Amino acid sequence: MSKNLFDKVWDAHLVGRLPTGQDQLFIGLHLIHEVTSPQAFGMLEERGLGVLHPERSFATCDHIVPTLSRDRPFADPEAETMLAELEKNVKKHGIAYFDFASGRQGVVHVVGPELGLTQPGMTIVCGDSHTATHGAFGAIAFGIGTSQVRDVLATQSLAMDRPKVRKVEITGRLGGGVGAKDLILAILAELGVEGGLGYAYEYAGEAVRALTMEGRMTLCNMSIEGGARSGYVSPDQTTYDYLKGRPYAPSGADWEGALAWWKSLASPADASFDDVKRIDGSAIEPMVTWGINPGQGLGISGRMPRLAELPAEKRDVAAKAYEYMGFAEGSPIAGTKIDVAFVGSCTNGRISDLREAAAVARGRKVAKGVRALIVPGSMQVDAQARAEGLDRVFVEAGFEYRNPGCSMCLAMNPDKLRGREVSASSSNRNFIGRQGSPRGRTLLMSPAMVAAAAVVGEVIDVRSM
Amino acid sequence: MASKDPRRALVEGRGIALREDDVDTDRIIPARYMKGVTFEGLGEHAFQDARFDEAGEPKAHPFNDARFKGASILVVNRNFGCGSSREHAPQALARAGIAALVGESFAEIFSGNCVSLGIPPARVSAADARAIQDQVEADPELTLVVDLAKGQLRAGSKLYAISMPETQRQALVAGTWDSTGALLAAEAAIAKTAASLPYMTWKAAG
Repeated sequence: MSKNLFDKVWDAHLVGRLPTGQDQLFIGLHLIHEVTSPQAFGMLEERGLGVLHPERSFATCDHIVPTLSRDRPFADPEAETMLAELEKNVKKHGIAYFDFASGRQGVVHVVGPELGLTQPGMTIVCGDSHTATHGAFGAIAFGIGTSQVRDVLATQSLAMDRPKVRKVEITGRLGGGVGAKDLILAILAELGVEGGLGYAYEYAGEAVRALTMEGRMTLCNMSIEGGARSGYVSPDQTTYDYLKGRPYAPSGADWEGALAWWKSLASPADASFDDVKRIDGSAIEPMVTWGINPGQGLGISGRMPRLAELPAEKRDVAAKAYEYMGFAEGSPIAGTKIDVAFVGSCTNGRISDLREAAAVARGRKVAKGVRALIVPGSMQVDAQARAEGLDRVFVEAGFEYRNPGCSMCLAMNPDKLRGREVSASSSNRNFIGRQGSPRGRTLLMSPAMVAAAAVVGEVIDVRSM
Repeated sequence: MASKDPRRALVEGRGIALREDDVDTDRIIPARYMKGVTFEGLGEHAFQDARFDEAGEPKAHPFNDARFKGASILVVNRNFGCGSSREHAPQALARAGIAALVGESFAEIFSGNCVSLGIPPARVSAADARAIQDQVEADPELTLVVDLAKGQLRAGSKLYAISMPETQRQALVAGTWDSTGALLAAEAAIAKTAASLPYMTWKAAG
């Protein structure tokens, strides 16, 4: 048996063993945004420490950015203060910053890959739990807390416990109208929201190999929702083709050396794993969540579970979900009325996601009474969408087409649900209050399913349209 | 707030029980309270939306229950702290007076963040978590003793086995949970690892 990619990359970044017994892991790429970094810079200041490798950190702004007007100062003084603080910190420490003027601002997990910063074989961290997105390239990528952001800034390394590695093999091919979002929601429904505690997930199998890089990012993005801090796909030609020519990808003679190194890191056919789970990809339908965690999802033709039929350990959370959502046990998910539709986020705010939603929206109209938002993941996604005329498709169909940011995924900007509104959302979390109203309700689904729900006014199988 | 001595071999205090699985960090501290450049003031908003309705009227919640005022050991169930990596969550709990957590399981980023702040996340069996919660609710004055050196939790006459990754236990017992110093001490080894990684010298147009 041979080493899997995770173990090879971990070993290559191992600085040594700390007195606590933890591994000291070198960090190749550190991504920064405005919400989880100011306190870390503050701690450096208090301790009189500098940034060890400012050239390995890159910043942008996404969480608090308004999507209607980017004019400064922002209307929200707290948001303005946070952005000003980030600007002060990156300037002081000489950290590259993708601001509005650069044309490269956007959701941090969209920006890193599209600029070619995200590469196979790297250790990648960010003060954000969806950092596993970057694992799509065959990197070890995981979210960290603010004290760890401090450690990375000061030492370019982290104190870490090495996780076990589970291979999640998706056999067969996904059916038409079924994509990466449906796949990860199906995995979460199968393995549970805490099934990945202590593990990194290697996604493998025919269905994963067939995914584009954007699809692999969507898949890896939600690893944390299953309890796995990181998830990855071993790199292949799809990965290399995506990276070639991107601004921060190696070029010239470096490119050939990079290719050779990346290929040497891929998990071989006989790679060993601590655990293996297999899921039949061909059986997966478009998925929709009905509850208050991302593991509470079901296929579009399915019915919400009856409490009595659930395993005992899932019953209490399901009961809480029914109480909060106001749905009845055993109801079909199709036909559920929606008030808001949101396409965007680090999970599904890429150009492929906008194309998928636009294909459904084209020539149709948003249903009466539905508020529908399209929020591109980055300024570059926005520029590409405009070049393809997607913005006009959306606007003609009655969607609001906004500026890039995290927006209604976590509602730290003005984009929020109101009252008990039900949202069809391409984002990653259906937690209580997640989309900005303490009573708001979220149904997670793919961008195509969100667009379909927007035009019909209720949850519908996009394959029927 | 936690004591100045960084060693956490023994943490004792009164308990407070929160009976629920999969409590996410959005629920511990809603995102709208993260719009600050420091962690100050987060304590009063811990579990805000579970404790208060939109008009600010209190709901039935252990953190609103006068019997548990001053409690410092939070007893929870499965997968506590899942979701967002926000360190604001343990920061809010610490500022609300919580010095240790006891539960069936904790999400990984959350438990790491707790240790970074010197807050032990001690694991017990599912049945023991419920039994400790029963004890705490029956007797809010009961002192719980989280003994990381012995790997046990004492509650009155009852004794429960606790566990956590050995590395976390070491860091908390020895008081070395603030990792920056130990990481910095390996400066030469950091440079050596950096020099061994091919991508450190690749040129990019940018």
